[in-house]
Amino acid sequence: MDGKSFLIDTTKCTACRGCQIACKEWNKLPAGETKQTGTFQNPPDLNASTYRLVRFQEYPSEKNYMVWYFFTEACRHCMSPPCKTEADKYVKDCITVDKNGGVQFNEKTKELGANAEKVKAGCPYNIPRLNEATKALVKCHMCYMRVDAGLLPACVKSCPTGALNFGERNDILKLAQTRLAEAKKKFGDKAELINPDEVRAIFLVADTPAKYCEFATY
Amino acid sequence: MTNHWIDIRNADCILIMGSNAAENHPISFKWVTKAQEKGATLIHVDPRFTRTSAKADIYTYLRSGTDIAFLGGMINYILTKELYAKEYTANYTNAPFIVSSKFGFNDGLFSGYDPKTHKYDKAGWTFEKDEKGRDKRDLTMQDPNCVLQRLKKHFSRYTPEIVSSITGTPIPDLLKVYAAYAATGPDDKAGTIMYAMGWTQHTVGVQNIRAMCIIQLLLGNIGIAGGGVNALRGESNVQASTDHGLLFHIWPGYLGTPAASNPTLEDYNKKNTPKTNEPLSANWWQNKPKYMASFLKSMFGDEATKENEFGYSWLPKVDDGVSYTWMDIFDQMYKGKFTGFFAWGQNPACSGANANKTRQALGKLDWMVNVNLFDNETASFWKGPGMDPKQIKTEVFFLPCAASVEKEGSITNSGRWMQWRYKAADPPGDCKPDGDIMVELFEHIRKLYKRYDGVFDTPILNLRWDHVTGGKFDPHAVAKLINGYFEKDTTVQDKTYKKGTLVPAFAMLQADGATSSGNWLFCNSYTDKGNMAARRGKNDPTGLGLFPDWAWCWPVNRRIIYNRASVNAAGKPLAPNKNILEWKDGKWVGDVPDGPWPPLDQKDKGRLPFIMKTDGVAAIFGPGLVDGPFPEHYEPLECPVEKNEMSAQRINPVAPIYGTAADTYTTCDPRYPFVCSTYRVTEHWQTGVMTRWQPWLLETQPQMFVEMSEELAKLLEIKNGDPCIVSSPRGQVEAAAIVTKRLRPFIIQGTTIHQVGIPWCYGWVHPKNGGDSANLLTPSTGDPNTRIPESKAFMVNVVKKGGK
Repeated sequence: MDGKSFLIDTTKCTACRGCQIACKEWNKLPAGETKQTGTFQNPPDLNASTYRLVRFQEYPSEKNYMVWYFFTEACRHCMSPPCKTEADKYVKDCITVDKNGGVQFNEKTKELGANAEKVKAGCPYNIPRLNEATKALVKCHMCYMRVDAGLLPACVKSCPTGALNFGERNDILKLAQTRLAEAKKKFGDKAELINPDEVRAIFLVADTPAKYCEFATY
Repeated sequence: MTNHWIDIRNADCILIMGSNAAENHPISFKWVTKAQEKGATLIHVDPRFTRTSAKADIYTYLRSGTDIAFLGGMINYILTKELYAKEYTANYTNAPFIVSSKFGFNDGLFSGYDPKTHKYDKAGWTFEKDEKGRDKRDLTMQDPNCVLQRLKKHFSRYTPEIVSSITGTPIPDLLKVYAAYAATGPDDKAGTIMYAMGWTQHTVGVQNIRAMCIIQLLLGNIGIAGGGVNALRGESNVQASTDHGLLFHIWPGYLGTPAASNPTLEDYNKKNTPKTNEPLSANWWQNKPKYMASFLKSMFGDEATKENEFGYSWLPKVDDGVSYTWMDIFDQMYKGKFTGFFAWGQNPACSGANANKTRQALGKLDWMVNVNLFDNETASFWKGPGMDPKQIKTEVFFLPCAASVEKEGSITNSGRWMQWRYKAADPPGDCKPDGDIMVELFEHIRKLYKRYDGVFDTPILNLRWDHVTGGKFDPHAVAKLINGYFEKDTTVQDKTYKKGTLVPAFAMLQADGATSSGNWLFCNSYTDKGNMAARRGKNDPTGLGLFPDWAWCWPVNRRIIYNRASVNAAGKPLAPNKNILEWKDGKWVGDVPDGPWPPLDQKDKGRLPFIMKTDGVAAIFGPGLVDGPFPEHYEPLECPVEKNEMSAQRINPVAPIYGTAADTYTTCDPRYPFVCSTYRVTEHWQTGVMTRWQPWLLETQPQMFVEMSEELAKLLEIKNGDPCIVSSPRGQVEAAAIVTKRLRPFIIQGTTIHQVGIPWCYGWVHPKNGGDSANLLTPSTGDPNTRIPESKAFMVNVVKKGGK
């Protein structure tokens, strides 16, 4: 069983943020109070009530004067999750991998206490966040309840352009290669898949990953 | 839209201009993306680099309000390089017609201008006629007075150098865009335009669209798959509101509102029913008397008789030459000419131009009713900023209503698809569907008229009222009435229809009172076959996304209008790779054709493709508008330049100007040095009444902002996120600075001009620190044809809050 995977084709993302809102809606996560600080990106970072965040980055470019990169950031659901390796040292199975390969944080993460910071630090993508009220570690759970019911994850369901894709890992890997070939043709050799063999949330980018997000890769 | 959303995927080149489709019509990008996947080129032209630009193959910028210069340059490019579709323009447009010698154009003014009234006498904007009264033409299009040659002469002035100096667009960018779009001229290529308020909200709004229509006609892009002129409507059902006569100048189905100068229906029909001497023209509007009579029967039922002209005299008339648009209504309200006002499903205190004037105007009413989902700046205007509730006499009633998903009915999208929706949930508390509120209101009014013997009670008492079931508004009954009934046993084309039968299609509507139809364009939408709008068939026989069994589309389920222009005289598709219509074995196959007639080569039987035009062809020379038969560049009413480089006429000579104390305009004023444009964001909708109360959306876009270039921010010593004050002579708003590369200074006439932009989705009611409406700044002027406000180009100042 190869499980499931996402392909996040940033070349097709328009940053409508349907995914960011759909995630909150499905998970009944409250909105925080935010301010306009000089960017469309809001809230400023992932937090205990924001499992998915669209990041905005602008750079000068020879073509069309500039580029504006969008990166819908959430858990990568690593094939060998380092968060689990780290967490198991303190509270066995507070992080599990489900039948689809989804990395799940459960109630037992509350028992991590001060070690929660070490688990957070163990994530190369800087994803887990601590819920200050419950002391649980939280993040994207691959909408396991929807997937079990034969539905797409909420974020994928909301995507109008085909930027977010979800399915059997084999199919997603094939789609990833097709899209990569198209992206290379259109954007040049910098186009790449970010760590496709290591993660279940595979990003396709047209440019150096770090230009999209500080923790796009490690 | 002449075409429809899915059809965007059939385009070879997509021009998005006057629109930020990715942000404001996010789902449209499903189809834009599909076109790009098939190799289409996406061009975005906009003053600001947006989420749309981020996906574009070609992006370039222009100064707000200079679109005609940009497009005029493209027309010049297409004509001088002879890239236009010669057969198409010669046969399907008025390009070969000989323009009257009375028509002229000199230094920015068309012939017939009266400087005293600021109006044109359009009598000379016509064609020469032959002895049979037919428009004279030269099919070789070489006659110096034919439309094509006049067009060529007019736009020869729009050289890349002048266009660049006006727009600020670099010349290489202009040429790149022109070449990419003009490449859709060949028969097998299709180019489409997606535009929205970025084109309409100008003193030259309609002419912006005219300029693009001319380009589309020159390139043979109208009537074909992947082409058309496509307005992205700003509200999910605004297409239906226009179709059903929301605007003052039209009754449902685009029947012109009767004027008091046409006291009888006979006068009206005589004056408004077009006649043609062109034997090949279908001249579909010759049927107007049938649609008028059927509409009046839908209003007054059995009370509407031949003898009383179907109740024509019972409906209100407009005065000739008087404008009753939004801006005029609030101008009159400001002058104290109204006592009461229903602000129904709208928030004029934020949505109209010059919002301070609107807010003052609301205070001059005796009463106002606001029907809305949430509290808003209109309902609460009396306690808003700068208001003293003690001084305001207006009595305000707020009626909470059901949201769109809390009632059943139809929504007609930009692509003219009427789609039926079921009710998903009950409205909360005492909220009622708008239809129920109207039913209760009308029934009470009628009772009062009866009881007190009201003045001119005939239209109230005679109103047809058979669409209420169990005391409630019945959307099915209304939809059937809109479709129309046979009002007596009627024989049409050898078939007899019993009284009470739903009319199968508008070709069967009658002028003698035998039929009713609330809107002839929607006749065929609810028939004996059922509610066509509720259909959900996914059959796509052409493979081009027409989906003829999905919902229903006006007119008569025709998915691409003017589709007869997609075939040659023999009825064969000009683009076999995009075959939406073909004459095969004596009949049309594909989309519903524009009329039943065979192709043009069938002598005396065929008809020209532009059936709604009197002469059967599309208008490159368009004498119908109040500001000229060809587009011409004029500066916005408020602009940063002393001189219009195209002519001595700086602004549109017929642009409306208002004269109250609240109407101030500035131009080339050092106190307001920056061009400003208002716009929307993905995360909020319209004035934000529905979205500002939604915490998830508010979290993503919490506050009013002003976007500016890094260069301007440096000049003004403003840092990213700094609170700023944006002001115009009409008002000011506080906004957080977004300092970005996405805006850049323009070099206009050799001088640096800066532009800023602000969204109009905020208001003082909620959230508390969200800021107020961008429309506090916008001027009361707009397009002279439509009077849509010029919110996309006006002048402001920006300072850091607390600074100088």
